[in-house]
Amino acid sequence: MSTEYEVVIGLEVHAELKTESKIFCCSSAKFGGDPNTHVCPVCLGLPGVLPVANKKVIEFGIKTGLALNCQIAGYSKFDRKNYYYPDLPKNYQISQYDLPIAEHGHLEITVDGQHKVIGVTRVHMEEDAGKLVHQGATMASSKYSLVDYNRTGVPLVEIVSEPDLRSPEEARLYLEKLKAILEYTEVSDCKMEEGSLRCDANVSVRPAGQKEFGTRAELKNMNSFKALQKALEYEVERQIEVVEDGGRVIQETRTWDEVKGISLSMRSKEEAHDYRYFPDPDLVPMVISEEWINNIRQTLPELPDARKDRYVKDYGLPEYDAEVITGYKQISDYFDEGLKHTRNAKALSNWVMGEILKFINTSGLSVYSHEFPIPAANLAELVELIDQGVISGKIAKDVFKEMQVKGEKPGAIVEAKGLKQISDEGAINTIVDEVLVKNPQSVEDFKNGKERAIGFLVGQVMKATKGKANPEMVNKLLREKMQ
Amino acid sequence: MQLNELTAHELHAKLANREVSSVELAEAVYKRIDSVEDKVKSFVTLTREKALAKAAEVDAKISRGEEIGPLEGIPVVIKDNMCTEGVLTTCSSKMLHNFVPPYNATVVEKLYEAGAVVVGKANMDEFAMGSSTENSRFFATRNPWDTACVPGGSSGGSAASVAADETVYSLGSDTGGSIRQPASFCGVVGLKPTYGTVSRYGLIAFASSLDQIGPFTKDVADCAQVFNAIAGHDPKDSTSAEFDVPDYTKYLTGDVKGMRIGIPKEYFVKGTDPGVQKLISETIKKFEEMGAVCEETSLPHTEYALPVYYLLATAEASSNLARYDGVRYGYRDESAEDIVTMFMRTRAEGFGSEVKRRIMLGTYALSSGYYDAYYLKALKVRTLIKQDFDQAFERFDIILSPTSPTTAFKIGDKTDDPMKMYLSDIFTISLNLAGIPGISVPCGFVDGLPVGLQLIAKPFGEGTLFQAAHAFEQNTEHHKMKPTLSVREVI
Repeated sequence: MSTEYEVVIGLEVHAELKTESKIFCCSSAKFGGDPNTHVCPVCLGLPGVLPVANKKVIEFGIKTGLALNCQIAGYSKFDRKNYYYPDLPKNYQISQYDLPIAEHGHLEITVDGQHKVIGVTRVHMEEDAGKLVHQGATMASSKYSLVDYNRTGVPLVEIVSEPDLRSPEEARLYLEKLKAILEYTEVSDCKMEEGSLRCDANVSVRPAGQKEFGTRAELKNMNSFKALQKALEYEVERQIEVVEDGGRVIQETRTWDEVKGISLSMRSKEEAHDYRYFPDPDLVPMVISEEWINNIRQTLPELPDARKDRYVKDYGLPEYDAEVITGYKQISDYFDEGLKHTRNAKALSNWVMGEILKFINTSGLSVYSHEFPIPAANLAELVELIDQGVISGKIAKDVFKEMQVKGEKPGAIVEAKGLKQISDEGAINTIVDEVLVKNPQSVEDFKNGKERAIGFLVGQVMKATKGKANPEMVNKLLREKMQ
Repeated sequence: MQLNELTAHELHAKLANREVSSVELAEAVYKRIDSVEDKVKSFVTLTREKALAKAAEVDAKISRGEEIGPLEGIPVVIKDNMCTEGVLTTCSSKMLHNFVPPYNATVVEKLYEAGAVVVGKANMDEFAMGSSTENSRFFATRNPWDTACVPGGSSGGSAASVAADETVYSLGSDTGGSIRQPASFCGVVGLKPTYGTVSRYGLIAFASSLDQIGPFTKDVADCAQVFNAIAGHDPKDSTSAEFDVPDYTKYLTGDVKGMRIGIPKEYFVKGTDPGVQKLISETIKKFEEMGAVCEETSLPHTEYALPVYYLLATAEASSNLARYDGVRYGYRDESAEDIVTMFMRTRAEGFGSEVKRRIMLGTYALSSGYYDAYYLKALKVRTLIKQDFDQAFERFDIILSPTSPTTAFKIGDKTDDPMKMYLSDIFTISLNLAGIPGISVPCGFVDGLPVGLQLIAKPFGEGTLFQAAHAFEQNTEHHKMKPTLSVREVI
């Protein structure tokens, strides 16, 4: 009989904070730019320079902590993490060690319809490193490497979870929820493709029922939510295999190769760095007042879970819809805007989850963009047109296609193209009569109990009216006349 | 007297009433340098053209009838660990032998604003690590009172240049005694200000929590004037204090009546030269004659200062000096085939042995498993040392001690024994740990070599230091003595 294994995962997530300037100097923190243009003596770590903490970064650190239900430290400090790497100009990173800005938080995920609370161990602030561009494939195989220090000193928060995640799927859900929270809080853009959101995972397996954790491996280099889940699935399988074969999992750092779909060992515990953390003597400790924390608390927006509850309670949306819509701030903001113009939340949600998500994915446009052709008010108007029987659901799909192209209001499109539904009984009557005359066989079939025949007849009426006849009315009239 | 022998306040008067020009003054200084620099070797770099241009600017200003500030047009020398835009800044290290900073240290900026004429950059112990300036990777600076002796260190070039009248005043930095001990050895005035009063921005760090910039001058009045110019809050330095900078010259009253002076018994122990001991005893008597009240006091944790210092300073240094890796600037070993070898060879060759010794010591003190026993313990004892002073200053305005246990020693005498060298700073180190100010002023000679008196005050007590030091100076002639610039004949 094979053993059941329990998976234990904890995530370390780095998010770049979207401040104007860097964490310890005035250089721009903007993404991109020509190499080494967003730099100054301070972030280049030239001899003699000193860091000065950016107050906005501390504010964002506190905000992140509050959004994750953490306790905010009254007294916090920066420490130096010492290691040599050419993308790190001082050969130490200014980070936080034993007194992080926030601790003891949590967030909630929904797994198979069940709510689960995942602990957040800590949130701390630190500076990002630069970017190495190798002439060859790796530094070792390159004749030379170039360094771009634009990203050096861009502020980061590192968010460490408790080892509460029990499957690769839970890990992905956690990361998605965390991303949503950071987006809602507007502290980070959370663009995994630009590296403004990065994730490392600690993974171990243990026989079900065993109390002690198994030996963990640290996984790096997962660049999307999908990659995270895939990498974890691979790693879990690998570890189980090792154990099943009578071996022992070794403590090591592994890197995920997305192309090959495998993880490779980077370094073992023995090769692990001794970072020699100590308080940075160039920065004074931070004393954070209750008043400041409370002021920041006031600025916290409605977070994804609260919005989800609102959608369910106030608008009767199914839990699933609410979860999907609140997963992305822009979708949820769009939905909220739409709700100002229609009361049919479920219909609106169907359109948002279906056509709008599809449109965003294919067009790559953000709903906040000026070029986004379908303002939420227009979509709500479309929902209203269907609700009021002005157009049918089928016609609505055509109208939506038009809306994507020119950004026109659906009412105007319906008007201009004469797409209004025919709900005039007299007009439909005439056409129904004509169809009945032309299709005696179908009439016969219906009378003989072939229910399907009515579908054909409805179709014929719709075809004759170019889809504009009110289908319910057509159905009703056909049945009356064939009785 | 030659122009270059005068003090800043004397020269200011002469410049203001057009008795002399700033260019004449600069020329006098360079003439002196040209004639004595081979014997003294104070400088890593001379900035003759820039200096003469600046002096000409000041002269133009004077001739337009504009008023000039107290340091305007007056020559100054800067220790080579303070960044000067466009001017080589080496820390007397092979590692930075070619480093030209793209920015000015805040103090340098302040001196430029005050109209200072920068003569050059002074030699020092490599990265300010040492007590004799023999650790310079370029050459040893010599003591103007006996060129066979060291000038002290690490700010040896700054001290010697003032003593040899190669400048009017200079700036040094003091992490454990690096201003006061060379001031003592060279017979000039040297101030280590309260931590946080002078911006460290642009001072190439040795130990961030201990480093502090201060002046070397020919008398106490000049010291107060220079401190006026360089003290003050700097938003670029998070550890810089926000405080109102008074006019420190107002403390130059000459009066110490009723001043309470503590004499710490722990500073009068075996190992101190009897000649130095005797001079300090006479100094105490002098203060009493002048109306001060001198009493014995105790700083019980004094014996731990040296070990605490050599754990904390080296720990910080091991991290501060990590950036010198050959990647971005300074020395790089070009023969290495891979990055790790490049790091290793660059650092093996770029740093001298004392710097490497301290980096290794500091790395060890911060290593996992040793951190609590060394670094953390040292931090706790540092607090105790600070408390010793806090308690003493409840009773006293000033604490008085020798600056160093001996006079200047012979070049080469202590280079083989780091512990012996470290002991030269035994009386100065505690002040850096406590963050408090201390001044060294000449108080006599032993066998023809100057001896310094150290006066210590509580945080931001520089005014009291100037008051006491100035009063002492008014009642003595030691600061007026001039060195011979030769090998001393010991009778």
